[in-house]
Amino acid sequence: MAPVAQIGAIFPRSFFHGFVMGTYILRRFVATIPVLLGVSLLVFSFVHLIPGDPAVAMLGERATEENVQRLREQMGLNDPLYVQYMRFLVGKISFYTITEDMEYTTRKGDKCIELSRGQSVCYQGGISWSNDREELQCYRAFTLLNCHIGGVVWGNLGNSIHGNIPVSLELKRRFPATVELSLAAIFIAIIIAIPAGVVSALKRNSLIDTMTMMGALIGVSMPIFWLAILLMYVFGLLLGWFPTGGRLSVGIELEHITGLHLVDAVLTQNWVAFKDALSHLVLPSLALATIPLAIIARMMRSSMLEVLGLDFVRTARAKGLSEWTVITRHVMRNAMLPVVTVIGIQLGSLMGGAILTETVFSWPGIGKWVFDAISGRDYPIVQSVTLLIALIFVLVNLIVDISYAFLNPRIRYD
Amino acid sequence: MTVSIADNELDTEQLKVFARGSESQFKRALRRTLKTRSAQVGIALVLSFLIIGIFAPIVSPYDARTDLDLKARLQPPSLEHPFGTDDLGRDVMTRVIHGARVSLQVGVMVVAISLSIGTMLGLLAGLFGGILDSIIMRVMDVMLAFPYVLLAIALVAALGPGLRNAMIAIGIVYIPPYARLARSMALSAREEDYVLAARALGASQTRILLTHILPNGLSPIIVMATLSMGTAILDAAALGFLGLGQQPPYPEWGKMLVDSIQFILSGSWWVMLFPGLAIMLTVLGFNLLGDGLRDALDPRLRL
Repeated sequence: MAPVAQIGAIFPRSFFHGFVMGTYILRRFVATIPVLLGVSLLVFSFVHLIPGDPAVAMLGERATEENVQRLREQMGLNDPLYVQYMRFLVGKISFYTITEDMEYTTRKGDKCIELSRGQSVCYQGGISWSNDREELQCYRAFTLLNCHIGGVVWGNLGNSIHGNIPVSLELKRRFPATVELSLAAIFIAIIIAIPAGVVSALKRNSLIDTMTMMGALIGVSMPIFWLAILLMYVFGLLLGWFPTGGRLSVGIELEHITGLHLVDAVLTQNWVAFKDALSHLVLPSLALATIPLAIIARMMRSSMLEVLGLDFVRTARAKGLSEWTVITRHVMRNAMLPVVTVIGIQLGSLMGGAILTETVFSWPGIGKWVFDAISGRDYPIVQSVTLLIALIFVLVNLIVDISYAFLNPRIRYD
Repeated sequence: MTVSIADNELDTEQLKVFARGSESQFKRALRRTLKTRSAQVGIALVLSFLIIGIFAPIVSPYDARTDLDLKARLQPPSLEHPFGTDDLGRDVMTRVIHGARVSLQVGVMVVAISLSIGTMLGLLAGLFGGILDSIIMRVMDVMLAFPYVLLAIALVAALGPGLRNAMIAIGIVYIPPYARLARSMALSAREEDYVLAARALGASQTRILLTHILPNGLSPIIVMATLSMGTAILDAAALGFLGLGQQPPYPEWGKMLVDSIQFILSGSWWVMLFPGLAIMLTVLGFNLLGDGLRDALDPRLRL
């Protein structure tokens, strides 16, 4: 007790607090690394669980034994599993020094790490990347040759079986569509769920409360792809209010800046495209919003009820504060804490739901892509998207945990 | 609270109250559950789908796989076909009824797999601690790093599509929550007096586990099992929707829904309405029942 009090006397409280926070954040970061390694190991092993030979899958059933063997050798399938895993993760590594000036950025004397064929990371002072050349060559050649440049750590996810196109290129094109859909969905969920949860808690056991909670229960009981089909049928076909699929109507031009259509439209002041993109976004994001909406509303209600029963609320009322101030300043602010966590988790889970929603609405994001890849047995795509979504899920959880520590000064840092 | 019988402070009447209190606590909780309206609705829904599923071949008017009538394709609901017919002229009602079998089977199997493996792993981790605990819980952490549906999809994609693999995949995906629950249960029970007493009497680890710790933590596990029965049915439908679940021509609700998309553009709403409604009502039944059980058995446990 005494030493702590002395430290508190020497350093201002915020300094001490900041120090503890720093170690907490650092520790939380470090704890994420083994989880990410485990995730990569799990995703790597999926491919090896798949019955059948990937080389046969790429060449077709009628390929000659000789060709299959050559491709297996090229793809490195004959290597021991741990070597394959290391290559999946970081690529084949060799170290060398550049002996003469080369095109692009590498210069004589640079120390380089080569990650399997061609792609190198070179150091001299700073870090320069020279991977464009190989990626372009792979892209242009369309051969079944080895384009495994580096591993997933460097953002290389291998090539798709159909077309042999680098997965990362297509991913870059499709990912913004899914991000836009997910953000729209979580936005809708929050602006409806939080007022609904608050009103339910304040009017506990009233008709409004019963209806809201019944609605939330139905929301979590409903398959979202069914709701998506219902919305499409009623609002898209019967009433004709919204389009039934896609992101933009044919003939609408939009400059590509961020890949998020709404943002791009605002940046280029293209209001025709904005209206069109928005009308395409409404139905899919509503469908995707259902489950988070239901869960956030339930959480908000129970969290509010818990806080409403606490002593400081009574004190605030006893001080003569208006009911509005008590609710907004004292109750809601405290009740929001667990809700923030739930919102974060839901944002991560949306990516799973996006696969189903995007399929119904032909939304050209990664979800629709995975659906097509599953139908076409194109496992590198399934593997890459699984890895990416798990990565986002882990990072979102990390951010939520850290922001939670900032929001709630009472949290224990261990 | 200590009850000293040797001191003879308690009369027999009080002892009876105590005995009833400990013995029929579970039964009382069940009775309390059955009194709530939502649990009643839940039980009614679950039971009716169970009965429909069990007696599917008897109650359904046609054969789910073979009764094709290509002349009667995509017929709207009528007396002959109350839910209409699909693109191959099959009776939608028959297929929905048979789909109940698949979904309930999935629910039961998934819970059986995840509950048995998850509880066992969690109890082992909590009871023995040390390196075993670390390994088990780190693996669980990794599994929790994926959204449920996605991990199930990746697993089935690896195992190969089909109902059996879908059930195994969802079962595996559902293990971590049970493991966590069972672990915390074992950790808190390890220091309880009744466990220490059993250990002092020379009971083996297995005996302590099965006869002392497990029964005492049963209520949250029952609640979780009921609720996960519903989500398992939803996830199985999602896998079916992606073509990874039950393969045609066998009827499965999720598969029926994905097949229906191409026909609703021509206005055949009945092909998609009824399978979806069936999924929703079944899952709603399990959720209502689970909520009711939770309120009665363990009011502290909130989702």
